[in-house]
Amino acid sequence: MTVKLYIDAIRDAIQEEMRRDDSVFVLGEDVGVRGGVFRVTQGLIEEFGESRIMDTPLAESAIAGVAIGAAAYGLKPIAEIQFADFIMPAVNQIISEASKMRYRSNNDWHCPLVIRAPYGGGVHGALYHSQSLEALFYHVPGLKIVMPATAADAKGLLISAIRDPDPVLFFEHKGLYRLVKDDVPDGEHTVPIGIAATRRQGTDITVITYGLMVHHAMEAAQELESEGVSTELLDLRTVAPLDREAIVSAARKTGKVLIVHEDNKTGGVGAEVSAIIAEEALFDLDAPIARLCGPDIPAMPFSPPQERFYMLDPDKIAAAMRQLAAF
Amino acid sequence: MAEVRMPKLGESVTEGTIGKWLKQVGDSVYKYEPIAEVTTDKVNAEIPSDFDGVLTAILVAENETVKVGTPLAVIAEEGQAAASQNETGATAAAEPAAQRASDDGEAQSPEHDAQRSRYSPVVLRMSQERGIDIARIKGSGIAGRVTRKDVLAYVPGKDGESAGGAQAAERKQGDVATLPSASAYAAPDKSESPSTPPASGEAPEREEWLPVTAIRRTIAQRMLQSKQQAPHAWMMVEVDVTPLARLREREKKAFKQREGIDLTYLPFFIKATVEALKEFPLVNSTWAEDKIIVKRDLHISIAVATENALVVPVIKHADRLSVSGLASAISELAQRARSGKLTLDDVQGGTFTVNNTGAFGSILSQPIINAPQAAILTVESIVRRPVVRGDDSIAIRSMVNLCMSLDHRVLDGWVSGQFLRAVKLRLEQMDEQTSLY
Repeated sequence: MTVKLYIDAIRDAIQEEMRRDDSVFVLGEDVGVRGGVFRVTQGLIEEFGESRIMDTPLAESAIAGVAIGAAAYGLKPIAEIQFADFIMPAVNQIISEASKMRYRSNNDWHCPLVIRAPYGGGVHGALYHSQSLEALFYHVPGLKIVMPATAADAKGLLISAIRDPDPVLFFEHKGLYRLVKDDVPDGEHTVPIGIAATRRQGTDITVITYGLMVHHAMEAAQELESEGVSTELLDLRTVAPLDREAIVSAARKTGKVLIVHEDNKTGGVGAEVSAIIAEEALFDLDAPIARLCGPDIPAMPFSPPQERFYMLDPDKIAAAMRQLAAF
Repeated sequence: MAEVRMPKLGESVTEGTIGKWLKQVGDSVYKYEPIAEVTTDKVNAEIPSDFDGVLTAILVAENETVKVGTPLAVIAEEGQAAASQNETGATAAAEPAAQRASDDGEAQSPEHDAQRSRYSPVVLRMSQERGIDIARIKGSGIAGRVTRKDVLAYVPGKDGESAGGAQAAERKQGDVATLPSASAYAAPDKSESPSTPPASGEAPEREEWLPVTAIRRTIAQRMLQSKQQAPHAWMMVEVDVTPLARLREREKKAFKQREGIDLTYLPFFIKATVEALKEFPLVNSTWAEDKIIVKRDLHISIAVATENALVVPVIKHADRLSVSGLASAISELAQRARSGKLTLDDVQGGTFTVNNTGAFGSILSQPIINAPQAAILTVESIVRRPVVRGDDSIAIRSMVNLCMSLDHRVLDGWVSGQFLRAVKLRLEQMDEQTSLY
């Protein structure tokens, strides 16, 4: 066990898997010589060479397409999209090709692809360096999406993603890179995809969230504890497939649910979580299911007060939690 | 309440001095109207109000210097300002409720009642599972809403104790006891045992508030329904049961020894009733809007008061039983009623009710029909009275009144009178020759 930064845990996962398995390789813009614009892949090209830490042209569609082809060929690519906002040109490759490969070939082919992309705002990134895009992809059958909130989960989920025989989108919150550090098991450490984690046990209200919001929600929960409200906090960790069992069980525990995410509210992951709870736990609900999410505004403004308006923070989350607890 | 603050009147201006207040406390102000003159080291200006309303407070006096941003005055805006919601525009579900709560108590009462009776799915489910009367739970949620935690925390009073003394007074040890106004058709389901929490707490000093148990509620409902639906008419006859009384006196000891149960008057009355019903089947019927359903089977309902419930078990096919058989049936049903072992079948299907109100000494009753039956008969107290006989002599006789309430949609005076006369005749013919078997 070592205390590691979120960003270092990601690098460790890549490095350890590349050492373990020759077929694993990295491709993306500036990942090699530069070591990644955030320094995630720093030092790797020196260890593994330019054939396995590949600098690509500025062409996301090609990054994804080449990776898919390599994966079909038996390699295990970790494709990096420099900012999740840039994934749009690659969407066709991801949805039309990667997600369907196993299904359309009746298991003859599969696509053991990982696409890593930093997402999320609050870093003055404005409209093209702040978006959350999980809602676009979680709707597509054939894609897995993981969004770790802790360094330990980042390492564990990335290793699981690399070993997963099918495409996995690994969204890492850029604001967490150097903000979060926690105990990371040394050596081989996997976290199963599709399993949520209870971060806090409680009896009054349930908060379901993921990503950066997990930390804000934890802070809010601590504040509310001193006010006598006990919060059950569930970190989804995987957004596709959702851990239905954990979601329903957490909802049943208190009957009052608040779903929190940074992404725009309409059509976000919260909508699906809410529908699952309504379908399966109606007679355990003590209050309407609440969602606290980013506003339905392009994510996100550059102007600091407007960015603050957009982003959720512990105070906003605490206010919503208080209302729910009092209902 | 809105504040007007010292504005930043220039790039490097950090403070300002109030020169003169143009408005006084109590003045009404419209938006953009100047309310004060301000002097700074760079510029003199007028401060406009940002709101429509009334100036309620001046916080900085004339010639006082304050920093930029300092509140200068308070304006009460016209109309209540909506409580500012959380800025992200996202909605916690409790928002509407919170808004109601944040309004200065104006909308509390009607909202309170609305929320009070809005039960969430889990509250309904849990209170049903635990047999809790939901109306009794105090709500700790917004505007008095009953929450899941309230249900979990709810502790009923001692189980089984009936509310108030009324029912306790009606208990009768040995005999099949009844109630003055018969016919509560309550299912003796064990799970329905009334949970009665402490009645006190909110009652003012000169009042005692008895909580309404599930049983009482059911009785109330059925009574009301019966009276509302069937136009009740009423009739009574006097019966001379002197020979019957002698018969019973003579037989009761031996009967007890033989059969192990008491020989009360009730089996005799039921026997006479059943025979009369055979003669006047219309009395054994039900109003069914477009038809009258005359039942061929004779199932007699009898009311039994047990420790914590009132039940009306049914003697099925009472016409097939002798006096002794009826006595057995009554005893067995009463026993099962008291030990809570009555089945649903035991309390369903009655076609006519006989109620022994005389157990309390009543000589006259106006029973409420046990819907959907057409009539109900009460047997009052047997009283020794001086009576004028056929030959104009006066004798002391055992007299009993039989009272009958009838559904006037089905029955009228003629049929009812005939029926009662038939019962009377049979009872008056019961004497020492009558066989119990």
